[in-house]
Parts: sequence; C-alpha cells; structure tokens
Amino acid sequence: MRKKGTVIEKEDVVIRFSGDSGDGMQLTGTLFSETAALYGNDLTTFPDYPAEIRAPQGTVGGVSGFQVHLGQSEIYTPGDYADVLVAMNPAAIRANIKWTKFGGTIIIDKDNFTEKNIEKAGYESDPVVEDNLDQYNLIEAPISSMVKEALKDLNLDPKTILRTKNMFALGMVYWLFDRKLKYTEQYLEKKFRSKPELIEANKIALHSGYYYAETIEALAPIRINPAPIAKGKYRNISGNTATAWGLLAAAEKSGLELFIGSYPITPATGILEELAARKDLGVKSFQAEDEIAGICSALGASFAGNLAVTTTSGPGLALKSEAIGLAVMTELPIVIVDVQRGGPSTGLPTKTEQADLLQALFGRNGESPVVVLAASTPTDCFRYAFEAARIAVEHMTPVILLTDGYLANGTEPWRVPAMKDLPEIHPPFASNKDLPYVPYKRDPEKLSRFWAVPGTPNMEHRIGGLEKTVKGTVSYVPENHELMVNLRNQKVARVAAKVPDLEVSGEEEGDLLVVGWGGSYGYRVMAVKELQAQGYRISNVTFNYINPLPGNVRDVFSRFKKIVVCELNLGQFANYLRMKYPEFHYEQITKVQGLPFTIKEIKEKCLKLL
Amino acid sequence: MDEIINNKLTPKDFKSDQEIRWCPGCGDHAIINAVQRALSELGIPKEKFVFISGIGCSSRFPYYMNTYGFHSIHGRASAIASGVKMANPDLSVWQITGDGDALAIGGNHFIHVVRRNVDINIILFNNEIYGLTKGQYSPTSDKGLVTKTSPYGTIEDPFSVGELVIGAKGKFFARTVDANVTLSTQIYIEAARHKGAAVIEVLQNCVIFNDGIHEKVTAKEVRDDRTLILKHGEPMIFGKNNDKGLILDGLKLKVVKLGEKGIREKDILVHDAAESNPGIQYMLANMRYPEYPVALGVIRSVPGPTYEMEMASQIELGKSKSRIRNMDDLLDSGSVWEV
Repeated sequence: MRKKGTVIEKEDVVIRFSGDSGDGMQLTGTLFSETAALYGNDLTTFPDYPAEIRAPQGTVGGVSGFQVHLGQSEIYTPGDYADVLVAMNPAAIRANIKWTKFGGTIIIDKDNFTEKNIEKAGYESDPVVEDNLDQYNLIEAPISSMVKEALKDLNLDPKTILRTKNMFALGMVYWLFDRKLKYTEQYLEKKFRSKPELIEANKIALHSGYYYAETIEALAPIRINPAPIAKGKYRNISGNTATAWGLLAAAEKSGLELFIGSYPITPATGILEELAARKDLGVKSFQAEDEIAGICSALGASFAGNLAVTTTSGPGLALKSEAIGLAVMTELPIVIVDVQRGGPSTGLPTKTEQADLLQALFGRNGESPVVVLAASTPTDCFRYAFEAARIAVEHMTPVILLTDGYLANGTEPWRVPAMKDLPEIHPPFASNKDLPYVPYKRDPEKLSRFWAVPGTPNMEHRIGGLEKTVKGTVSYVPENHELMVNLRNQKVARVAAKVPDLEVSGEEEGDLLVVGWGGSYGYRVMAVKELQAQGYRISNVTFNYINPLPGNVRDVFSRFKKIVVCELNLGQFANYLRMKYPEFHYEQITKVQGLPFTIKEIKEKCLKLL
Repeated sequence: MDEIINNKLTPKDFKSDQEIRWCPGCGDHAIINAVQRALSELGIPKEKFVFISGIGCSSRFPYYMNTYGFHSIHGRASAIASGVKMANPDLSVWQITGDGDALAIGGNHFIHVVRRNVDINIILFNNEIYGLTKGQYSPTSDKGLVTKTSPYGTIEDPFSVGELVIGAKGKFFARTVDANVTLSTQIYIEAARHKGAAVIEVLQNCVIFNDGIHEKVTAKEVRDDRTLILKHGEPMIFGKNNDKGLILDGLKLKVVKLGEKGIREKDILVHDAAESNPGIQYMLANMRYPEYPVALGVIRSVPGPTYEMEMASQIELGKSKSRIRNMDDLLDSGSVWEV
C-alpha cells in the first residue's frame, strides 16, 4: 500500500484535531485513538470543547479540539504541544497555534480559509503572515471541494456531503501514521446501519483523504511501534465510564443493588448516562428534579439498603452540602462523586480545575467529617470509585470521590480486570443476635454503626438530623453531643487503618519532592522523569487518599530537602498539608486557566527550586 | 387461628417509647392517633412501614411511631421517601410534612413526587403558620394575615394544596380535619391502598400561633353546614338537616337547598373521585367558606402506573434482553483486544 523509504520512526507523537464544534472533531479523534490502541500503542487523550452546543460558527469560541498522544512506550499525558495539528477552519488555527510545536505539521481545509472566515476568526490580515504559518509544514488541502468532487455521483445534498470532511481529514492522518482503515470502516457500518448511502459517502471520503495524502508527497510518514505493555485484555475507557463501572463492580462485590440519584451537570453527566443504560445489571437510576433531590433520593435508598450514589460537579456539590451533613449525622453509606470543573459559581463548565478540594473536606456546617478520595488517571477512576463504595459501606460513612473534567473526558487503554481479583465488600448489616437493635451501637474497631434496613422485623428504629444518644433518642445533653461529635470524627479517622502508604516514584530521598493529588498525575510523572534523566535528585508522590491521609506522609516528607505542591487551584492541598504537617515548608506550583498543567511548566518551576 | 390473632396489630403497637412533646391541645395528637389506628387495620407487617419527615413541628412525628423512621432536613422528605420506595417497593412509605416544609422550602420536591406518582402517602399538616420558628406566615396563610414577619399583613396569595396537587398531575387528593379521627382514619386507609402518590391535607390547629384558624368551618356547632364530606358515588349533600347540596350552574358549582325551587336529590351532583378529568374535583378542592362548604374526604383517586413499578419493569426488560448478565460480561463487551 505504501511506498517505502522515507518513513520516520518516532518515540511518541501528539496530534490535535480541531474545527468548528459541529465539524465532528471529537468523533474523528476518538476513531483515531481507537485505531492506535488496537495497533498496540499506548496513548492518552484529552477532548477540549466549548460549553455551547453550537457556539457561533467560525469563531474561536466555537472551536472544538481533541488531542491524542500516542507512543511506543508508556504515555502519561495527552502531551503539551501538538506535532500535527488538523485545523478545519481559520478559527481552529487561531485557537491552537500556540499549542502546536514550532515547525510541526498543520493540515488545513484550504476551502474554508475564505475572507469571511478569516475575519470571523479574528485575524486582521492573512493568517499565514500573522501566525507565521510558513514556519510550519503547512498542508493546504482543499478538503471541501475534494469531498464534493468525490461524492458528486451519490445524489446527496450538499450539507450531507460537507459533513464527511472530517473523514477526509482522518484518512490523511491515517496515511501519515501508516494505519489501517478497517476499524473506522467497521464503525461507520455499525453507526449508519440504516443509512447505507452514508456508509458509502463516509468511506469514500476516508479513502479519498488517505490517497490524497499519499499523492501530494508533502508529508513524511511517521512510524510509532507498538508499546511493550503487559499482556492481557485491553479496552479504551474514559474517566466517567471507569467511575460508573467501578461503582457497578462495587455493587456486585457487596451484593447490594446500585441506586444513582443525580441531576445532569457538566462534566459529570456521563456517569449518570452510563449507569442509566445499565438496566441489565439492575441499576436503579433516577434523574432527580435538582441536585438536592439527587442526593436525598440516594440517601433514602441508602437507608433502605441500596448502594447509594450521587454524581455532580462543583456547583452541585455546594447544593448537596446540607444533605451530606445529614448523611454524616445519620451515618449512612453514600458515595458522592464530584467531577471538578473551573469555578467558582458556574465558572468554566467544560474546563478542568482542582479547586473543590476544600469544599469537599470542609464545606458543611458543624463538625462534619467525610472520607475524601481522588482519582489520578482516567483508568484509576475505576479503582477509586470501587474503593469509595467499599469504604462508604464498610465504614457507614459518606465518601466524596474527586475526579475532574480532564480525567472524566480523557481516555486511555485500560487493562481490564477480572472480577475475581477484586476484594469482597462486607456490608455491616445488624444481626439478629444483637437484639434489641441499638442504632448507634458501634463496631469496636472501626467505630461504625450497624445497618438495619426497613423491612427487617424487630429492628424498627428512628434516625435523623437531630443529635441522638446511642439508642437513637434525641438529646440536647452537652456531654452527649461532644461524645457523638468525637465518635463520628474518630470513625472517619480510623478508615486510615486500611489506607495504603504513599509510594515515592524515584529515589526515597533527595533534593526536591513533587507532591500532587488527582488529575495532575501524568504531568508530574513526566516532568519528574525528565528531570531525573538529567541527573536531578527529584521524586514524585501522588495522594489518592485525602482524608484520612496515608500513615507515612511525615516519614516521606522528611527525607527531602524541599517539597513543592502542584495543583490546579491557588494552593488548597498545600494549605491542607500546612495544617496537618506544619513542620514542613511547602513551595507551590499552581495554575487556574481551566487547563491541565504542561510538563514544561512543571519542569521549569521545579528547576528554579533545584 | 391463634397465629392470626397474635399477628393482629393494634394502634398501641405503633406507639414508640418516646414521650410526645407537642404542645397540649395541638392538633397533631389527634392526627397520630388516627394514623396509628389506620396502620393497625391495613394488615401490613409493622417492619414494612417507614415514616419520613422534613423539619417543623409535624416532622417530629416519626420519633413517636414504633416503625422505621427518618427525620430528615427541611423540605427534602419527598426526595428521601422517593429513594426509599424505589430501593424497596415492598415498603409502605409515609411522608409527614407541613405547609412550610412541603410548599415553601420543599415545593419543588413536592410537585415532582406527585407528578412522578411514586407510591407514597403524604400527610400534609396545614395550619397556615410556621410553628416551630414561632409564628411567621406560611405559603398557605390567607392574604393579609398579620404575623411576626408580616406586621402589616401578608401581600401574597396563598397556595391551595388541592389545586397544587391537581396542577402537578396528582392522582390522589383528600382533605380531613385533625379532630375528626374517624374520617381521618378512613382516609389514611384509602390513601395507603391507593397505588401512587397520595396527598392528604389535614386542617390542623396550631394552638399557640394560629389558634382557631380553621374554627370557622370545623367548629362543632357549624361544621355540618360549612363542610361537605364527599363519598364516591354519593350525592354531594350536606348541612345539619342534610338539606343542602351542590349542582353545576353553567361552568360553576352552586349551593342549593333541597326542596327549594323544585330541587330534588336527583338534581344534586354525584361525587366521582375516580374520574380522570379533574375539572369538578378541582372546583371541589378549591371551595372556600362562606361561598361554599369546604370539601372533606377523598376528592380525587384515579389509578395510574407508579414510578417505582415502571422502573422495576424497565429493569426486568433490560435484564431479559441483554447479553450482559454480570460485570465480567460488561468488562468484556464492545471493543476489547488482547495483547
């Protein structure tokens, strides 16, 4: 199929597909990623799209992007800068040129670079001049006119024809990376099963793009060999799907029915959608009238013996605060997933941030401790969703799981676990041996109370938001309140018994320890690896357990000369550590642009501390 | 036979060990008596009853019931009760609420639980005042009512509970008076047997902050002439001497006297609670003294699919049609490749 000779072999490459939000760039990026994953590359993806479903056409605000980073070794981030940029219109160039490697390849649809579109994108003159596009390998492909020509015999309306432009561009990229078209063709056959004319049109566009790229001889084909990854079954998965599946797995392992009460909110909605589709696994999914009803219905389901979950993002977490306090007071198990986005208020709904940390830890009235966990990659959302459910049920406590927009929508190949390898979850149901049932009698080790579910004879009892004695009687006795506040606090603290130690990646001691939590993981790992390779004594730790913290923090921190905390906020985790471990000095690397870190940023700031 | 006798529950079985702390003379005492009577007659095992409340005087109710109970947060009981019922449709779920809890802070949850037709029984204690916070106006207070937060009189139109329920696509609405334990007991039994959201408005007297607010229609000496106790299939006749009735005059209800102007019993409207078109029921629910008698009894009771049953049947269908039977199946589904 391909002429031999000029193939360039590369360790890894970053490709960014961008166009108008109606141009199908998310699909194009997804299809490319899946083809690459099937080939055996490791990869990470990051979609970046506007909040408006159809922002004004042709404007920078309406540009939708999908970045994929693939390589022949382990890939930790979607990459800082693109080697290849596909830009379907001038606005896509305008929005993405600063994220494209100087001298990289840019593929544009030349037909879309009309005077009107150039003006709409905010250029005052020729983009080639304004953005120095002559300094890049600019491929000016007349994509629109070529699909029109290729599909002219199919008797389709012009709009439908132009919708295949993305497949033409995708075909070009496939040629560039020497990839087979089969997976994409199978996808098209399935998607348009009832519209054979669209299958044909899209396939023709795909092939036309492929052969066009071969013909123009302006592109040097790039080869990226398969990555040496562990044997097993793999699939691509996003953070939101992995979260949903972790909860499903926990339901199966605990023998509880899964109930999700949620209200749609970006970027968390995908979890509700995924679980709503899982009727076959018995999921009870309830789209409530608001965020408060979402958590309250879940709390009712928890009282009645289900594995209860509510999912949301920052503004929704704020609305759920009072009900989380009720869950703390009634000591019922519930998982609250907060897929963080830029805040405060409505903020940046489709952009990522890590600024709900303190809200999760402290955003309630009274002494109201909850367990807080944070996932750090799209695939480990599965593990931490499972873990959140395990802790909630076994310790009879609300657990907040923090993910973020970057993890939620990002995808990576995932080695599929077998259910038999996951731990069993043991709900602490009250036993008939312990009658009469006492609602706030506690397990001596964990301090958690026992679960008596309505419908169970002889265990009728009342719980509620008012302070109670151990027997469940409302009490205003000062000493009783203090006792119960302390017990609830200690109960959450004792979750620490099973919290794994922090793992240091790199040397156990050194000049600088990079500390972070959640979605900044990949960027920190890469920055630290690169600096280690240059001979610096630098290591990295990632916190997935925020409350309670792992037991070896002090021990790890004390072995480094300096500590720097990286996070996408103004220093919330750093301040939390200052409160918990005031004996250390914490430097900070922060960013609040609605975007993940770049490896370069972290490296540069670390270098100043080394 | 012995077993059946032993299993028969009495109202006393539903009394918890907690001392009741409502004010002496409060209408709530009579309400709880009627509820305990009704429960004992339903033939449902005690462990299957769940009482859920929000915040307010009425919301202390679950503590006094020897059943499963959840005293939650202000306004949210409808959402919590919905979750309980969806989690286990086999339970008999009761929400205890007041005019502030259900119609002000909990208004959104209230209309949606009614709209979805979740099979729960909602007893709404309407005393047209905020009692627990010591006397502020509520969403059902008459316009002009002088309270601590409306020293010059309220300037808001009140909600009518029945109108709101019907507007929210409600299928069961009844009204009773706290002190009428016999009528209340019957209504609670009917509500419990109705499949779907059942709202019962209780005209409740707050002896401290709004004493006598319902007296003009519920006082012993006037109640026969100022209330109409509706019975399905029977003519709408009321009055001390059973001499008054309702007819349809054009598009409106009209009070007539039997025997006057040739009006006979056959001319009087017959109550049809099961009619799905709520037109007449809506007018009945909205009747106000002095133009009309206040309607009591079951005003609307229309069958319809319940939310939790539709949810269960979707799950059944999903399970029967899918090849995914457990998590391992799901993990292996779609595009999975071997390395």
